[in-house]
Amino acid sequence: MAECHPVGFQWVMEAKARGATLVHVDPRFTRTSALADIYVPLRAGTDIAFLGGIVNYVIEHDRYFRDYVVAYTNGPTIVGEGFEDTEDLDGVFSGLEPEERCYDPASWEYEEHHVPASAGEREQQWDERVGDEEVRNRDGGRSGKAAGSAGSASGGEDAELAAIRRAVNRSGRAHSYGSGGAPVDQQVERDETMQHPRCVFQILKRHFSRYTPEVVEEICGVPKEQFIKVCETLCDSSGRDRTSAFVYAVGWTQHSVGVQYIRTAAILQLLLGNVGRPGGGILALRGHASIQGSTDIPTLYNLLPGYIPMPHAHRDENLDAFVEGAAADKGFWGEMRSYTVSLLKAWWGDHARPENDFCFDYLPRLTGDHSTYPTVLAQIEGKCKGYFVVGENPAVGSANAKMQRLGMANLDWLVVRDFSAIESATWWKDGPEIATGELRTEDIATEVFFFPAAAHTEKNGSFTNTQRMLQWHHQAVEPGGAARSELHFYYHLGRIIREKLAGSTEEMDRPILDLRWDYPTEGAIAEPSAEAVLAEVNGWNASGIALSSYTTLKDDGSTACGCWIYCGCYTDGVNQTARRKPGSEQDWVAKEWGWAWPANRRILYNRASADRAGKPWSERKALVWWDAEQAKWVGHDVPDFEVTKSPSYVPPVGARAAAALAGDDAFIMQADGKGWLYAPAGLNDGPLPTHYEPQDSPFPNLLYKQQRNPVRQVYSHRHNRYHPDPSAPGAGVFPYVLTTFRLTEHHTAGGMSRWLPYLSELQPEMFCEVSPELAAQRSLEHGGWATIVTARGAIEARVLVTDRIGPLRFDGRTVHQIGLPWHWGPNGYSKGDAANELIAISLDPNSHIQGDKAFTGDIRPGRRPRGGQVNALVDDYIARAGITDQTGTEVTDGR
Amino acid sequence: MNPVEWPVLRQLRHDRLGRGAAVKSSRSMTLRPRTAQADKVIKSICPYCAVGCGQNVYVKDEKVVQIEGDPDSPVSRGRLCPKGSASLQLTTGSSRRYEVLYRAPHATQWEVLDLETAMEMVADRVIETRRRTWEWETDGKRVRRTLGIASLGGATLDNEENYLMKKLYTALGVVQVENQARI
Repeated sequence: MAECHPVGFQWVMEAKARGATLVHVDPRFTRTSALADIYVPLRAGTDIAFLGGIVNYVIEHDRYFRDYVVAYTNGPTIVGEGFEDTEDLDGVFSGLEPEERCYDPASWEYEEHHVPASAGEREQQWDERVGDEEVRNRDGGRSGKAAGSAGSASGGEDAELAAIRRAVNRSGRAHSYGSGGAPVDQQVERDETMQHPRCVFQILKRHFSRYTPEVVEEICGVPKEQFIKVCETLCDSSGRDRTSAFVYAVGWTQHSVGVQYIRTAAILQLLLGNVGRPGGGILALRGHASIQGSTDIPTLYNLLPGYIPMPHAHRDENLDAFVEGAAADKGFWGEMRSYTVSLLKAWWGDHARPENDFCFDYLPRLTGDHSTYPTVLAQIEGKCKGYFVVGENPAVGSANAKMQRLGMANLDWLVVRDFSAIESATWWKDGPEIATGELRTEDIATEVFFFPAAAHTEKNGSFTNTQRMLQWHHQAVEPGGAARSELHFYYHLGRIIREKLAGSTEEMDRPILDLRWDYPTEGAIAEPSAEAVLAEVNGWNASGIALSSYTTLKDDGSTACGCWIYCGCYTDGVNQTARRKPGSEQDWVAKEWGWAWPANRRILYNRASADRAGKPWSERKALVWWDAEQAKWVGHDVPDFEVTKSPSYVPPVGARAAAALAGDDAFIMQADGKGWLYAPAGLNDGPLPTHYEPQDSPFPNLLYKQQRNPVRQVYSHRHNRYHPDPSAPGAGVFPYVLTTFRLTEHHTAGGMSRWLPYLSELQPEMFCEVSPELAAQRSLEHGGWATIVTARGAIEARVLVTDRIGPLRFDGRTVHQIGLPWHWGPNGYSKGDAANELIAISLDPNSHIQGDKAFTGDIRPGRRPRGGQVNALVDDYIARAGITDQTGTEVTDGR
Repeated sequence: MNPVEWPVLRQLRHDRLGRGAAVKSSRSMTLRPRTAQADKVIKSICPYCAVGCGQNVYVKDEKVVQIEGDPDSPVSRGRLCPKGSASLQLTTGSSRRYEVLYRAPHATQWEVLDLETAMEMVADRVIETRRRTWEWETDGKRVRRTLGIASLGGATLDNEENYLMKKLYTALGVVQVENQARI
């Protein structure tokens, strides 16, 4: 954090000055470690074992916050009899379908109830809610499972349903699940003594019981005494009077079990009562100015604005079936129809009417995983022909950089928008494949357009920072030359396309011709008004008055709203994101600086900061509370709860959506109102986190026979070979653990830093960090060159010999780790090989994010070979390791 | 200059650390910070990471002359990191391109295009590729889309820009829309 988010780190230092204890867990000793009270180096890729060990410690030593767990989590909830744990099946959960590389999650559900996820795979049970009926009807009413039953769809006659589910799961849709199932008056079965053998708490206890301090030491390389010290520190700093926060940079997500890393932290924070309370939470420190905003208003394939899922292709699906398949009965996702209809009204205006399903049919449909890596494979296969690359640099910044470039070399056309001539714009004349002779510029048919982009000082607009806060940046000057904002580019591109298609009678052109696309433009360059776009994002009612809250959205077409969670950012027609009342004139919450979604709440689920009766768990940690005299929730923050709903409120029979939330259902987006220690739906790789080794690892999984996440996504391709199992004969060819990281002085793939003289002077070239022991073992010289090799590629880097990344020793074994910053590429002032040349495409099955924080490789002294010889070197390693197209792709591997 | 006024003597006499009067000259007395000479100060946000530090952008003669941390920001309290502090170079540095470049199929060099021509060319390609790769149905299910076009990027852009991108792509039937959140 001190390295990559130094200005945010000032608050950690403030906390430390006031007595907080800072624990830093990282394979490398960094500036954060230097300021920490406890620094814990661990083997890269073993965080679930480490965190799972803490979960076990917290349960075994009765250190969990019992009142919080009983009140606000699903700890007491009973899970169905069909669930079998990794404890029962030696590392896999019930429902694994090895041939299909996926799980059927039906057996993970609560007793007698389907409860939809509020995020993740929200349409996971679509077949049970909608699909059963669909197939049954089409098959002339043959007897099928009753809609809503928990049966598996793996039988032969249900093959189509299973296929639908698998496709939906692969598509990675974030969604909730449907109405027709568990009625809200049948509350899920709970045992608040948490003694029932099938209650979540007991399952959790059994699941993590083998994550002992000894196991943590063995797997992570963390000495038992140090591990216990971390456990005690965390427990001592949690409870009624204290809270602890977990902070991660998004490296936690970049594993084949990345989502489950975060889940383990979430389980821990729920057990300790550290969610929804000041000083608590799990904070993702994200690396781009509006990466949160581009997820909320998603330039992501599987989402519509506000986390409404992109619809998946189903037979005869209409808006009703879509909502039924993805909405929840209870909680605020119960209003999904209002959010969706308002979005369709914002996009298609008067064309979106009740009689045409508000143009729901205009939305294109998903049929699987259309995320960035499968798209690159589709480019290589020649299916994807045109590509816009906008402020991103995949030619060096995405995993398996060679495949990124080979994909671009097979396009018809490529549009790159950036400040400078980044590698993604120039690979066709100076990329690594030109040097090796794999590609010849004259043979590449791709048309390449480079458009210069406007800077943040040259345009109006809002960024959403990593704490969900929108902040407006005002234009200072006009962009020079042909530089333009993306707002300008996309508005005018849309305008030109619409002009060219005007008069078309083709049905395929209706969505683009009927689109509301009439933004006012300003100035000599006809810049669209960003504030007009923000006003549409916020939404308006039938009279055109700006809406103030998503609770006012309607499902009858009388409201329009481009992103329901942002509704209120333009309340009263005023740009709330531009508010700048100085922090020094506000209290510690600073509610009048910018605007945070939803409803300007700064801490999500803050109802949980008070006990069941609405009283703060402690005065010291008070945030919001129930004021009985005023009969409403009050406090420092905007309450994340219906403001007049009493803590004692019990929903009437038949209540739905928000009205079905009880007065102590603090987790208002969840379909059962509770924080999930156990995820009965929404995840593709299991309801609980389990330690698996990374895709490439020199170690066997010491906990289970199952070596790797069985449903990780792998792609067998001649440029994407995986390393052998640790038990295979060739494993020793890649003996070292490699991890990637970022530097204070560079930004992501370098597009905004390697072209700046100041920053390039501060960090002038690519390097690798190795320990003195490894340097001695491989004759590496400090300041000299090293070549790092994997089955994907070979790169060179300057050698930095340092104690910061020491070898970890345990049980007679030593593991050497090599640290690689990933900012570089061959262009700009500060040059170097890209770490992404070394990294395979292997993905987390939920988020489809690549595993690039823990892999293996070899290191040797000297520069890498030039020309085609570099490929010969890699081929030699592949041959020596005995790697084939099947290596590392097994589902139930290690068996 | 009077020898008694030599800087080293001044320092010895009344400015031991050499950070005050000892290092002043008649020229340095007349210097003023760029921030003091600016015509206006525009409120902005750092474009690098997602902490969201406040920036003050100093403008003189319609040019950005300095970018500094905004002390009013409750996020950053006036601080910027090395990257944020280099924002002036990012936005006004000599590495920025201001021309549209075009590389024709099989060409070995860039050529310069004017913006309007390039926009028309891109629009033509979107229309043509969309037509050629359009799918009404896949496996008997309506999909109404093209898998012939993809987009990558958005996390460095504004919310409003992401909104227009998603809206336009979706209306065109483009589903392979992705950004850095997946990396």
